[in-house]
Amino acid sequence: MSTSSQPTRGALWIAALTGGAQPAGGYPASVTVIDAALAGESARFIAVVRDENHRFPRVHNGEVGLVEGWTIARAVDEVVEADRNAAQKRPIVAVIDVPSQAYGRREEAFGIHQALAGAAGAYAKARLAGHPVIGLIVGKAMSGGFLAHGYQANRLIALDDGSVMVHAMGKASAARITLRTVEELEKFAATVPPMAYDIGNYATLGLLWTLQQVASPDAPGAADTAQVTKTLEQALADIRKGPRDLSGRLNNGNRRASLEVRNRLRAEWDVAGG
Amino acid sequence: MHDNRQDAILARQSFIELSARARARALLDAGSFRELIGPFARMTSPWLTAQGIVPQADDGVVIAKGTLDGKATVVAAIEGSFQGGSLGEVAGAKIAGALELAAEDCRQGRLTQAVILFETGGVRLQEANLGLAAIAEIHSAIVDLRQYAPVVGIVAGTVGCFGGMSIAAGLCSYLMVTREARLGLNGPQVIEQEAGVEEYDSRDRPLIWGFTGGEQRYETGFADAFIADDVADVQTQLGALFARGVPARHRSDRHGDFLARLARVDISRQADSAMVRALFTKGEQA
Repeated sequence: MSTSSQPTRGALWIAALTGGAQPAGGYPASVTVIDAALAGESARFIAVVRDENHRFPRVHNGEVGLVEGWTIARAVDEVVEADRNAAQKRPIVAVIDVPSQAYGRREEAFGIHQALAGAAGAYAKARLAGHPVIGLIVGKAMSGGFLAHGYQANRLIALDDGSVMVHAMGKASAARITLRTVEELEKFAATVPPMAYDIGNYATLGLLWTLQQVASPDAPGAADTAQVTKTLEQALADIRKGPRDLSGRLNNGNRRASLEVRNRLRAEWDVAGG
Repeated sequence: MHDNRQDAILARQSFIELSARARARALLDAGSFRELIGPFARMTSPWLTAQGIVPQADDGVVIAKGTLDGKATVVAAIEGSFQGGSLGEVAGAKIAGALELAAEDCRQGRLTQAVILFETGGVRLQEANLGLAAIAEIHSAIVDLRQYAPVVGIVAGTVGCFGGMSIAAGLCSYLMVTREARLGLNGPQVIEQEAGVEEYDSRDRPLIWGFTGGEQRYETGFADAFIADDVADVQTQLGALFARGVPARHRSDRHGDFLARLARVDISRQADSAMVRALFTKGEQA
């Protein structure tokens, strides 16, 4: 395909936000790691990008596979180790554009679930250690790919654009698993906010810190880059004022039950004699 | 001898056949089981009715507090018979919220360990993004709690453990599996749908069990205990894992070891179960 060799949004945005800084050496072509300034301090930016020549044939379009999961873990762990005794931990920015996790025989055989646990666990540990972690969704944030790369962030920021989407599974597979037709699935997706694929519906769930409209999400110019950088800086300042957990995602929006369950659990947690 | 063996088989109580609630009760010290947000609280899914699906009073997850060998323990048990053990907003929040409170207790000097009974296909697709979000919070809570007290996962079967919850299993301090368990990221049907039947035939049971079955996962170091379908054996081995305490290094932290092994994979031929065993021989883990 002639279009497939063009850089993905994730590749474009990580390059733009780091001002053309050189990627860190020693990483596979499918994971871009760049150390660059954010708000005057050094930050680590990470993106999973397309590698058409990937050793594992089911990873060719920016999917998060075995190598990607463990490599993200390594990239995150490196800064956690380096800052172990630092008073101020450096920020980590996950630039998110992941079409999915990798689907394949080798992936299951060699434990892709464990590789993604490596990545998710590394981000969570970094956040709990005090590293501000920001997830910037510039394209797709799908399923296991998103769980591994970005969903552990203190703050999630998404571009307000038609190609930006968050979901648990692609439509064809989701229809097959739920024994529905794709048309039925789309009908429900139009009326049940958590089932929708678009970022507008996702924003009603209260999981995003902010939604950003930019002029050209497929070719970020200087103004777009400056705008998003400013938002990252604001998120960074906000994170440093708050707790290290994910409680910022709980609210009274379309996710009221998540808060209510926690309130009830807390009320019942300690009972006399219990 | 014959009679003794027969007696042993008859004395066995199946763990797999137990409901989520009965499993949780069976693991906690006698008389210590106390369920939180029980079925009479009617905390049901706010999303299923509109889609013509009958909700369940506990949303398919049982949270119980009690003691295990005298130690404060919280059990989160997923009911595989409700919507394939899939996690929606309420079910997911019950697990995440319980683990968050256990971590909070630990920080206040009241050590609380956790057991998660995985019997789940992962995200409940009827609540898609809220299931995914809840699973991210479960991941966060496991990583937080496991710093202080062991979080032990059990995959008994027969549903197995898939999707985002297989990642949760990969984050646990220790993992126990039976022969009936399967553990994998992507369900066979989804792989077949996405990658084609040559890549993964969802009807080829030996193929699937050879990769994701409990015995293979145990032999290749993706699980720490291989348990019989027997309540007494589950109790004994669970107690033994908790007695080990917090592991010095969690499986999910071993990126160096796993990347080195993956670099040795022979890509010229398709994977089979023996190839995986050769790559991850037990006993030589970092």
